[in-house]
Amino acid sequence: MQALIDIDQLDLYYGDFQALKKVSLDIPEKAITAFIGPSGCGKSTLLRTLNRMNDMIPGTRIEGSIKVSGKDIYSSDVDVETLRKKVGMVFQQPNPFPKSIYDNVAYGPRLHGIADKQRLDEIVESSLRAAVLWDEVKDHLKRSALGISGGQQQRLCIARALAVEPDVLLMDESTSALDPISTLKIEELAQELKKRYTIVMVTHNMHQAARVSNQTVFFLNGEVIEYAETEKLFSNPVDSRTEDYISGRFG
Amino acid sequence: MAQSVGKQQPKPHLREEWVGRVYTFLCILFLLLTIFSMVYFVASKGLSTFIINKVNLAGFLTGLKWSPDSEPPLFGALPFLIGSFSTSILAAVIAAPLGFCAAVFMTQIMPKFGRKIMQPVIELLAGIPSVVYGFVGLSVIVPLFRDIFPGQGIGIAAGAVVLSIMILPTITTIATDALASLPAGLKEGSYALGATRWQTIYRIVLPTTMPALLTGIVLGIARAFGEALAVQMVIGNSPHIPRSLFESTSTLTSAITLSMGNTVMGSIQNNALWSLALLLMIMTFVFVFIVRMLERRSKL
Repeated sequence: MQALIDIDQLDLYYGDFQALKKVSLDIPEKAITAFIGPSGCGKSTLLRTLNRMNDMIPGTRIEGSIKVSGKDIYSSDVDVETLRKKVGMVFQQPNPFPKSIYDNVAYGPRLHGIADKQRLDEIVESSLRAAVLWDEVKDHLKRSALGISGGQQQRLCIARALAVEPDVLLMDESTSALDPISTLKIEELAQELKKRYTIVMVTHNMHQAARVSNQTVFFLNGEVIEYAETEKLFSNPVDSRTEDYISGRFG
Repeated sequence: MAQSVGKQQPKPHLREEWVGRVYTFLCILFLLLTIFSMVYFVASKGLSTFIINKVNLAGFLTGLKWSPDSEPPLFGALPFLIGSFSTSILAAVIAAPLGFCAAVFMTQIMPKFGRKIMQPVIELLAGIPSVVYGFVGLSVIVPLFRDIFPGQGIGIAAGAVVLSIMILPTITTIATDALASLPAGLKEGSYALGATRWQTIYRIVLPTTMPALLTGIVLGIARAFGEALAVQMVIGNSPHIPRSLFESTSTLTSAITLSMGNTVMGSIQNNALWSLALLLMIMTFVFVFIVRMLERRSKL
């Protein structure tokens, strides 16, 4: 497998606080990579540097490099909007726009200049199908997206992210606000999506990481402690801190 | 003392409970009484023009001529209605875009500077007495309009400009609160799809907060509608429907303040002024009703 995202010696500071310390990672394409670790270990921070969502937090400073498909995404000639189109994101809380289901999915394509009704219809249908939501909502696409359940809303947010045809999908604890059945659906969906997309997920739930991901990265205090095939990391961790964490001795 | 648990013991806080209850009840009673007597007083006085003095209601609402001292006296309030509506709505037309843009700037573009410096400054505008606005209008805006446009400078345009400055804090504050209370997740969701800041503002932020923004406008119009002094100082106060924005006219409020000292209580002239007051009050109710409707819609 080829590395799609190449993080090299990344330091990140919020003001005086160093949130990430010399992080180096290669994230392979068309696979699921899980970031685990206790709260405040920097896993979400790293995830949000991958589509530069941290840009919006004042006082954030970055050293080192992150390359996506070989291009440094923090170099000055990179267009943030184009980057975010390629690197989509699904958040912890489902955040559908207060618009119809259709308009939620069509939002991204419309932003990027697609106005043709038929083309939009196709994108909406294929995105909702890819998010395994189509059968549940196809008869009321014009209804408000706020009227569907939390699990459906989260799948709608995934469909919305897929509609702009990203290469990478970042999932920031995307199941932590959902019930177990909805969580399972999203996990199954992730398995399906990794055939076409590179998925990076942050999760608090170690069982989820073990169930779904191909690689797992364990973070502690802004550092990568261990990065390995998921099976190996959970069955045979090299670092004692990893072992402590996955066996529930802290965090 | 009694040993049995089943027997009703006087609760230790009973007295406080009752004092509190009676006190709040009295307060609300007083409030309701005040409101009802206000409404009753204005309504009975205002309606007596039509019931006792037999002034035609339709003629009152559509009549073009207001001359209470002529023989027979004429009570056509249409010029005042037109004056009130045109100044308030024009004021909102001027103030709303300014208020929105200020709110967008203060919440989306420079939140720190906006919240710390801009908002207190704008709220300061709300504390300036209306006579000061009127005075400034009379000494700055009226001469300016006199130089630029035909006419004396007084009129709807001058009134609307003065009012727009007065209602700017209302519109801006409500818009700022609405924009600031928008869940951060919505904006992030939009940015994460590759939207620019401006795209996010006009495709997500503004549509989502629209009911609140409209509420701000309606409250602004209501304030402008009821403002008397500042308008009276710059509008000219002749009871005609003007043919231009720069011609002397009157509003409901300016007509009342200007004439109330010159009429005798109980006379038809005095009752007619009460009718104007009743009209004002009804319009205020309508504005409040619209705001309520908008708020219900925003909860969706």
